[in-house]
Amino acid sequence: MSAKKEELRIGFYVCHCGHNIAAMVDCAVVARYVETLPGVALSRDYKYMCSDPGQELIQQDIREHRLNRVVVASCSPLLHEHTFRGAVEAGGLNPFYFHMVNIREHDSWVHTDRGEATEKAKALARAAIQRVAHHKALEIKKVEIHPDVLVVGGGIAGIHAAMTLANAGKKVYLVEREPSIGGHMAKFDKTFPTLDCAACILTPKMSEVGSHPNITLWTYSEVTKVDGFVGNYTVQVKRKARYVNEDLCTGCQDCISHCVFKEPKFADDFNEGLGKRKPIFIPFPQATPQAVLIDPEVCLNFKRNKNPDGSPVVGDKCKKTCVEACGEKHAIDFTQKDTLQEVKVGSIIVCTGFKTYDAGRSPAYGYGNYKNVYTALEVERLVNASGPTGGEVILREGKNADGSPKTPKSIGIIHCVGSRDKKTNLWCSRVCCMYSMKLAHLLREHTGAEMYNFYIDMRTPGKGYEEFYNKLLEEGTHFIRGRVGEVTDWAMTPEEEGRLVIRVEDTLAGVVRRIPVDMVVLATGLEPQADAGEVRRLFNMSCGGDGWFLERHPKLAPVSTFTDGVFLAGCCQGPKDIPDTVAQAGAAAAEALVLIDKGYIEQEPNTAHILEDECSGCKSCIPLCPYTAILFDEGRKKAYINEALCKGCGTCVGSCPSASIVQNLFDDQEIFSEIEGVLAYD
Amino acid sequence: MTKEWTPRIVAFFCNWCTYTAADLAGVSRLKYASNVRVIRLMCSGRVDPQFVLEALAKGADGVLIGGCHPGDCHYVEGNYKMLRRFELLKRLLADMGIEERRVRLEWISAAEGEKVKTVINEMTEQIKKLGPLGMPQKFETWDKEIEHLAVEVQARDAAQGPCPTRAAQLKPMEAVHA
Amino acid sequence: MKYAYFPGCSLKGTGRAYEESLLPVMKHLGVELQELDDWNCCGATAYMAVDEGKACAAAARNLAIAEKSGLQQILAPCSACYLVLNKTQHYLHEYPAMRQTVSRALATVGLRCDGSSAVRHPLDVLINDIGLEAVKQKITRPLKGLKVAPYYGCQIVRPYATFDDQSNPTTMDRLLETLGATVIKWPLKTKCCGGSLTGTLPEAGLRLSYILLKEAIKRGADVIATVCPLCQFNLDAYHPKIAAKWEPVPIPTVYFSQLMGLAFGLPADQVVLNRGMVPMKPLAAAMA
Repeated sequence: MSAKKEELRIGFYVCHCGHNIAAMVDCAVVARYVETLPGVALSRDYKYMCSDPGQELIQQDIREHRLNRVVVASCSPLLHEHTFRGAVEAGGLNPFYFHMVNIREHDSWVHTDRGEATEKAKALARAAIQRVAHHKALEIKKVEIHPDVLVVGGGIAGIHAAMTLANAGKKVYLVEREPSIGGHMAKFDKTFPTLDCAACILTPKMSEVGSHPNITLWTYSEVTKVDGFVGNYTVQVKRKARYVNEDLCTGCQDCISHCVFKEPKFADDFNEGLGKRKPIFIPFPQATPQAVLIDPEVCLNFKRNKNPDGSPVVGDKCKKTCVEACGEKHAIDFTQKDTLQEVKVGSIIVCTGFKTYDAGRSPAYGYGNYKNVYTALEVERLVNASGPTGGEVILREGKNADGSPKTPKSIGIIHCVGSRDKKTNLWCSRVCCMYSMKLAHLLREHTGAEMYNFYIDMRTPGKGYEEFYNKLLEEGTHFIRGRVGEVTDWAMTPEEEGRLVIRVEDTLAGVVRRIPVDMVVLATGLEPQADAGEVRRLFNMSCGGDGWFLERHPKLAPVSTFTDGVFLAGCCQGPKDIPDTVAQAGAAAAEALVLIDKGYIEQEPNTAHILEDECSGCKSCIPLCPYTAILFDEGRKKAYINEALCKGCGTCVGSCPSASIVQNLFDDQEIFSEIEGVLAYD
Repeated sequence: MTKEWTPRIVAFFCNWCTYTAADLAGVSRLKYASNVRVIRLMCSGRVDPQFVLEALAKGADGVLIGGCHPGDCHYVEGNYKMLRRFELLKRLLADMGIEERRVRLEWISAAEGEKVKTVINEMTEQIKKLGPLGMPQKFETWDKEIEHLAVEVQARDAAQGPCPTRAAQLKPMEAVHA
Repeated sequence: MKYAYFPGCSLKGTGRAYEESLLPVMKHLGVELQELDDWNCCGATAYMAVDEGKACAAAARNLAIAEKSGLQQILAPCSACYLVLNKTQHYLHEYPAMRQTVSRALATVGLRCDGSSAVRHPLDVLINDIGLEAVKQKITRPLKGLKVAPYYGCQIVRPYATFDDQSNPTTMDRLLETLGATVIKWPLKTKCCGGSLTGTLPEAGLRLSYILLKEAIKRGADVIATVCPLCQFNLDAYHPKIAAKWEPVPIPTVYFSQLMGLAFGLPADQVVLNRGMVPMKPLAAAMA
């Protein structure tokens, strides 16, 4: 309020941003125009305002010219508002005596007429000059950061982020939807291009997570509610009933072998349905935690009807040989219910991963129609020594003359299924070329089959990736360039009889080819998880048009989101391979550590408060606040705002009938003068 | 005015979605009409209907409001609150004889740079078709008319004596729209 | 249910069996078809290739007549008509210049077309408007034991149809299954029948027809069911030539509507199996 009687002395700076602004906006003209406006003490144009000399210029001018307001016309305030507020503060002014004008993203970059763009810059500058006159000195609030971190998703991204934080001494809650951590990587046989065994490099990390004193691991659990804000999130997690007490189960699996079902009978998700499991099962041998679970949908001890709350009804039909086998340990508990648990954390890392493209959506490739058409993930399990066939590649359909299962003699791998396609997904899934070549190598190793890879472009950007491609070429894998038209069982020649024919335009040879094979592998692309929309809402993140979670800035803030304290890692942000995923997970953990180790964050003082004298006590603002920050003083019949809870949206301000609510930085007076400013210019 | 008339549009964009989308349009170097002047607010829920009225009164030919898609509001539901007010505002504008098409509410997410371009171009075209609203000029004319009327009435009163039903003397209006 | 009916030239000529069977079947299902007054040639694929503007204007005249009649749904059973009318509709919506050309042309005869009508295929109407349940209730003579290869041809699914999958359409499969027939799974459902090449470049065109007929026999089909007058003609009319060039492939090709009439127990003059050139032994058995 001290500035009230003081003479207004505004300093105005228009930035060239090299050619970025200057090429489309005549900066000198803007500076000369602003100089004529009331209250402006000084107006300059300068090459790079965000540079050190640019910032020093502001500081020096504040001191030498006794400036009491500063306006900078340059890029988006989302990019450099913080920078310039810092410069203003360093010059000895309250940082909120500053306003920024966006003449780059909103002007020079989007217009093509220099005259029009310059006019627009003048109008926006004038608005800022009028607005900044009403600015008040404000104080930045500090919010403490709760040191615990929530990591959502236990794939390789979540595992790495959690381990990094835990090793730094921070307490981590790792929440995974499936009964075991490991994610997609646990399903892979080998990893490209080194052909490291995926389990060999992943499972030690998984068990480390399971036993780390700083990690609370909740599998078969889902985050159901997130409240609060950076530094102070309250998270509700639903822990689904596994009907086995995790703490008591030793993973001996006696219960499984004693189950009344002598043979595994039910489709096994971990093996992409290629294998079978019993109603009581452990997802895979190295599962973490090493605890079994019961599928109430098929276990005989549960009835098929449900309780009103959706939980299954426990029956008494089964002999419960599993309970007998468990014996003294008493780990099996049919009465277990879903429970809700609440934790407080300061930051959240979302690593919810991807799903693979549903190959059935491309009927021309015959998945689901022809049994010997496989998805790549199915083949990962098929070539895996611990997979459903023990690593033997045998076809779903067809037998040898002696009745034994058939091994393929020739295999075609079709790239870009559900990627780079207007009809499905536009993006390149980034990993398919490499994993297709890996599978070509492994399938050839396992079967000695003739291998064909059908690609549109070969994409091998990564360390050792191109070399891997060369290796495959030398091995004798056939590479045919062209998007496959169809997979058909229509035989035109005796050789094609009883096989699958891949019809493709070979764009290098310039002919349409028909290639008969015994097995077709579809290199399905990566897609956002089916429930990505709900997860995004839960954590207040944004999605790109393609459905992947949106990072705050593609280059400068690749693991941050638009919500402070919520970070991203892995494929939920976009398709990427394991090295990139791990790097990103490390980066996300580092971002969380920055928050934790600083201990507090500064918050925009854009909260609202009520002018008590003007409040009529109508209470219309109270139900509008999503944070219940507005309370009512029954004695004085006035509303008041708890500024600690206010997030500064201004919804109450916009609706107060007596204009008695003021929002810092977005006060009515400030907005009205801005409106007048953008319009007054001719 | 010597220049050819072009529409002036004031836009209120929320910080999290639409303003960011406009930044994205810039970063993507999309090109669109230069008639829109954006005012940044934290949330579309902050848009006071008076902002819209003030903009129109001060010479805007149209007003655009941009917020997050329903369900995506950074502040949970500010956009819904805006939507409610917007529906009422449109009725009010209709009563005042201002075409409904001069105001537009759009949900534009941070990823929809392309939509910023489309909406701004469409809106500019639409306002061009509607022609200038010219409220400041209208206010001027109306002020003059009323002053003129006042003078006439005074002259008549002076000639015939004051009208008995008129309790108070009509003063020249200073600013009816103040 | 009432639709504007656009027969096109084929259904009045080479494809008579289509109209002769479709009209009674639709009537039997309680669907009223009102033939467009003074309809003209759709232009087929040929005119579009020569002059899109004139072709669109010609096709749009039919749309305009339908709009004027107040019926918003146009039933176009012939695949070429269905495609061309749909294509015109799309052009009018997507290309303002085309809209202008067409509007100007139509204005000279006092017509206007605002593109509000929907061009529908009988399969679309049967599945989505009438419903298979209603079809089922009319069946008096299920086609038990009859093995049918459903053949859709190229034009009804590509590129505009939205009622079925482009590479693996299934509406006719479902319809035939409802009629009680055994539907043959084969991958040539939408492969080319030879089209007009059978006339202009017989060595290429006939080969394509031959491939389809041979594969249908190989897969054990008794009969091929089609939706397109040109497909039916190609697959039915050239058997002597095909036999002379390759081998005899004796399998009849009929319209799905004929099979419906058969299953509904309609009189022989409405099922018109006598129109075909290839003997219809298995069908005759079903009729008995």
